[in-house]
Amino acid sequence: MALPIYASPLERIWHYSYLVICTAIFVFLIAPILVVIPLSFNAEPYFTFTEAMLTFDPVGYSLRWYDALLTLGMLAPEAARDNAWWSDMWANSTWVRAAKNSIIIGFWSTILATVLGTLAALGLSRPEMPYRRVVMAILISPMIVPIIIIATGLFFFYSNPCSIMGFECGRLTSTYLGVILAHTTLGIPFVIITVTATLSGFDQSLIRASASLGASPSRTFFKVIMPLILPGVVSGALFAFVTSFDEVVAVLFIAGPDQQTIPRQMWNGIREAISPAILAVATILVIISIALLATVELLRRRSERLRGVTPH
Amino acid sequence: MADVTAALLTTADGRPLKAALAEAQSRARRRAFLLVAPLLAFVVLTFIIPIGQMLDRSFHHDGFSANAPNLVEWFDANPEGTVPDEAAFAALAADMKLMKENKTAGEAGTRVNYTLAETRSLITKTARGADKLAPPFKEALLAIDDRWDDPAVWQAMRSSASAYTADFYLSALDMERAEDGSIQRVEEQGRIYVYLFFKTFLLSGIITLVCLLLAFPVAHLLATLPMAKANLLMILVLLPFWTSLLVRTTSWIVLLQGEGVVNDILLSLGFIGDDGRLKMIYNQTGTIIVMTHVLLPFMILPLYSVMRVIPPSYARAARSLGATSWTTFRRIYLPQTLPGIGAGSLLVFILAVGYFITPALVGGADGQLISNLIDFHMRNSNWSMAAALSAMLLAGVLVLYWLYDRLIGIDNLKLG
Repeated sequence: MALPIYASPLERIWHYSYLVICTAIFVFLIAPILVVIPLSFNAEPYFTFTEAMLTFDPVGYSLRWYDALLTLGMLAPEAARDNAWWSDMWANSTWVRAAKNSIIIGFWSTILATVLGTLAALGLSRPEMPYRRVVMAILISPMIVPIIIIATGLFFFYSNPCSIMGFECGRLTSTYLGVILAHTTLGIPFVIITVTATLSGFDQSLIRASASLGASPSRTFFKVIMPLILPGVVSGALFAFVTSFDEVVAVLFIAGPDQQTIPRQMWNGIREAISPAILAVATILVIISIALLATVELLRRRSERLRGVTPH
Repeated sequence: MADVTAALLTTADGRPLKAALAEAQSRARRRAFLLVAPLLAFVVLTFIIPIGQMLDRSFHHDGFSANAPNLVEWFDANPEGTVPDEAAFAALAADMKLMKENKTAGEAGTRVNYTLAETRSLITKTARGADKLAPPFKEALLAIDDRWDDPAVWQAMRSSASAYTADFYLSALDMERAEDGSIQRVEEQGRIYVYLFFKTFLLSGIITLVCLLLAFPVAHLLATLPMAKANLLMILVLLPFWTSLLVRTTSWIVLLQGEGVVNDILLSLGFIGDDGRLKMIYNQTGTIIVMTHVLLPFMILPLYSVMRVIPPSYARAARSLGATSWTTFRRIYLPQTLPGIGAGSLLVFILAVGYFITPALVGGADGQLISNLIDFHMRNSNWSMAAALSAMLLAGVLVLYWLYDRLIGIDNLKLG
């Protein structure tokens, strides 16, 4: 983005103000995410920087809100921190339980979405696939349809006791299975998009080469296709996990008190009694998302290298 | 010519080549479809059917028609506008007894209440005393409540007597049925839905425009910088994309609230006084700021992918032919970015129209969108109304989605 040699003075002024504008927009994008990190170490129950924090006085900083995350909901938070305290925390702390639920639900919905989505993406990227456009539109639609409509539909659907071919399986509201199925549906579009994008650079003749050398279709899949599309599959899986990990509306409508997830607790926290403990959760989540983003970036570069697309 | 048809091409094992090829092709088609089939079945079962059933509630409600068989019969036999005679009141009394027996007065009343307010209490009250009803029924019913003589009540029951109804859609368009069955707009202060739909579209439009204005320079910068630098800056765009929505909303509350960071900075810089703290959250402004932040990456990414492949030589050619930099931008660069502008704007608009979480948390009283009203009706068990509003919102979103597929193609949707 160098300035051309023939630029007039006016163009020079515009060029530098343009850079200032871009910087301001980057600040707008990133500042709200970073501002919660120092504030979560606030020693006072305020949402703004105190005098002590601005002068970097250690008195102004503390880990009290991280501690509050652990102790909220415990039977005996004031007890000595021995084994009994830790097992109490592990079993009863509201946020720890929410984290466990988020991980269980996120894990299973990611597995389901990734397996089903990858298979479907393989089919969709074959040139012979019939009704490709319509099927693709249907499979991507959970990303487009407003979440409130999906949640409302699932609420009614799950409220009726279901019976599949005479097999009674009871109501799905307030069950893990219900939430997992809902989150799988929401994660599927992301898996489809990332895996089909990876497959678009996939050389189909490799499959024929493998077959002509005598490999069975399953051997071809695991030895030829899978290693090449793995980066796309893993990014898709991470997208699906983040979708589930961040989802609150479906949980609001169909989960019971036993399936409260981290976003659901945050929702409560923001709507009812906002305490700086929320900022501690937010900080942990920001760190997780930085880690996930780094993973996806590395995978993307690996995928581009494998496909022979050099980014430089 | 005859020789060609005679020498039919065959495969090695003697089958006609045409048939063998057709068979191989249909086998390949079947295989491709079989790979997609499990997911398609899953999505139909956990997504299409639930939404379909929900939409069914928007025009199907048999709460009254199933529980008042005698009245349904009388309405069928007598055309609209017939003054209720003794037979009608007898049917009413019989149905009231039925409702008391089956404890369905509440359900039936709820349906009629959708059409005419305060009829639920009338029906439940009458059903409670239904045992004592004796001929002549008209006098007996009027003794319980003289509203039974009101033509509006009978009109409401008539329109409730069919399990299928457009009444919920009428309400969602701020319309109602008059006593004579004609359709009219509701009173001025009762008109909320059309206004809210309009506001939702207007706010989404504003957010899309702001996103476009902010995304354009950033995407241009990313597209023209060397790849290594661009990748580094790209992380600043992708990090918000990967950060939890609730985290971002929390951060904005911390930044924008009355005692928040932005107000404190403005105060210490002397721009505002302590009593002049800006109100930037829990209102429409808050909704616009936070939604712009949330949706901005969805605008930057498509713009970036289009701008990256625009060859810089066109702009140079224009300059060398004497165009000013503004003319070059307007006539050469901008037209080439139109596909990106279209893709980003449509995507952001589609996502904004159905937004729920952000307005619910930071929208306050005047920053609520149509999704929040659907949620409100759901929480008040006003399910048919929620379904009708959902159907209208869904129809709008699907039209935009179809447009997106036509203009840009879903295949071109990229994430990061």
